[in-house]
Amino acid sequence: MQSITVDDLVVVRGGVSVLDHISFKVPAGSVTGLLGPSGSGKTTLLRVIVGVQRITSGAVTLLGRPAGDARLRHEVGYTTQAPSVYPDLTVAENIRTHATLHGLGRDAVDEAITVVGLAEQADRLVRTLSGGQVNRVSLACALVFKPALLLLDEPTVGLDPVLRRDLWALFASLAADGTTLVVSSHVMEEARRCDRLLLLREGRLLADHTPEGLRAVTGTPDLDEAFLRLVEHGEEAA
Amino acid sequence: MNPRLVLATAARVGSQLRRDRRTLALLIVVPCVLLWLFSELFADAPFIFQRLAPALLGVFPFISMFLVTSVAMVRERTSGTLERLLTTPLGRGDLVLGYGLAFGVLALIQAAAACTVALVLLDMDQPASVPVLVLVAVANALLGTALGLGLSSLATTEFQAVQFLPAVVLPQILLCGLIVPTAQMAGWLDAISRAMPLRYAVEAMTTLTGAPTVDSRVWVDLAIIGGCVVVALAIGATTLRRRTA
Repeated sequence: MQSITVDDLVVVRGGVSVLDHISFKVPAGSVTGLLGPSGSGKTTLLRVIVGVQRITSGAVTLLGRPAGDARLRHEVGYTTQAPSVYPDLTVAENIRTHATLHGLGRDAVDEAITVVGLAEQADRLVRTLSGGQVNRVSLACALVFKPALLLLDEPTVGLDPVLRRDLWALFASLAADGTTLVVSSHVMEEARRCDRLLLLREGRLLADHTPEGLRAVTGTPDLDEAFLRLVEHGEEAA
Repeated sequence: MNPRLVLATAARVGSQLRRDRRTLALLIVVPCVLLWLFSELFADAPFIFQRLAPALLGVFPFISMFLVTSVAMVRERTSGTLERLLTTPLGRGDLVLGYGLAFGVLALIQAAAACTVALVLLDMDQPASVPVLVLVAVANALLGTALGLGLSSLATTEFQAVQFLPAVVLPQILLCGLIVPTAQMAGWLDAISRAMPLRYAVEAMTTLTGAPTVDSRVWVDLAIIGGCVVVALAIGATTLRRRTA
């Protein structure tokens, strides 16, 4: 079953083509890595899927409904690249704000706090946390209502290797439970943890593969190298 | 519109306000200190203070709530929290009403403090009804909040939001009847003033303090202020765009 279908998507902003005829499908219960250099259109693509970006043409369908449909707001969790949380509220208050919007109570809040490993910081003001901790507060706000679809824009930026490993383990377990995740990153090292990879460059989809498929197509075991080869040889390699 | 979501938003904004002790103190103390300064300034001409004080009780909550609200909304926008909220089941009306409710409660505290200082410590003439006086002050605060919400979509930075104060608020202060009574203004100035909601706020306040009973004019003014609040909130809700370029 497909969770997300993107069909011939074009976004032109201020006369500049940001996303150029993009099509792909994301299967349910998987982790899809959205990779590409900074400025390649990853954030714009996520914003299109979550329904806050005006599009020029094309069609985007989530769980059988057009992107931005009001009924999807109970199904889609989204974190922006800069953690969009309230620095003047505590960790628990931030997450409670989102839980309440979905009609959930204390149990859901406590569970989300535990899942992101912030139980000890629950009553601290977000302002006093480290960058990596703030990121996890933002993530917990998206997780708290157990959405069917999670769209995470660079959730692992600024995290140490241990936390990064733990988060990817969390993503895998969420996917195993049926959640569909799209995770953007500009770190190719994270690509091997994904079920599928979408490689963007300058608004074009360079590749849509499993990590193994990408290695096979580019003839290198190293994903970093694979990406460089794709970028240098243009789309024909994909 | 969903009452649960309105209350959730109001509670969240309220928690943020409670943490910001300095802003709270400034919002509550500054109007009281300014009223005292006015009374000292006109110590030799108390009738001037008696004319100004009720008008000021209407103007202060309007200014402070306008500023606080527009900056708060711009902050939601620039921090990305607004975009995120709009991907949740929270409706635009829920958000705007939640803000209005939270700042309305704050306005009630502010108005109560300023009215107490004016009536008890500064010997302002007793109004026809103290509760109605506080009601008008709170309505003015809500007017400030509503205009702040309505205009916040025009500002992309906090700097711009603050500049709306001289652009939107100062003309109203000049023409609302505080400095020159509206009856003594040139006809065209009076006509402009009639299009400004603050005029009705000041009119209601001065009518209240100049009479032994609540004149029906006060209720008309309150209705006009209420209408302006509704229109501004509606503008605020419709200019919140879920989808942006």
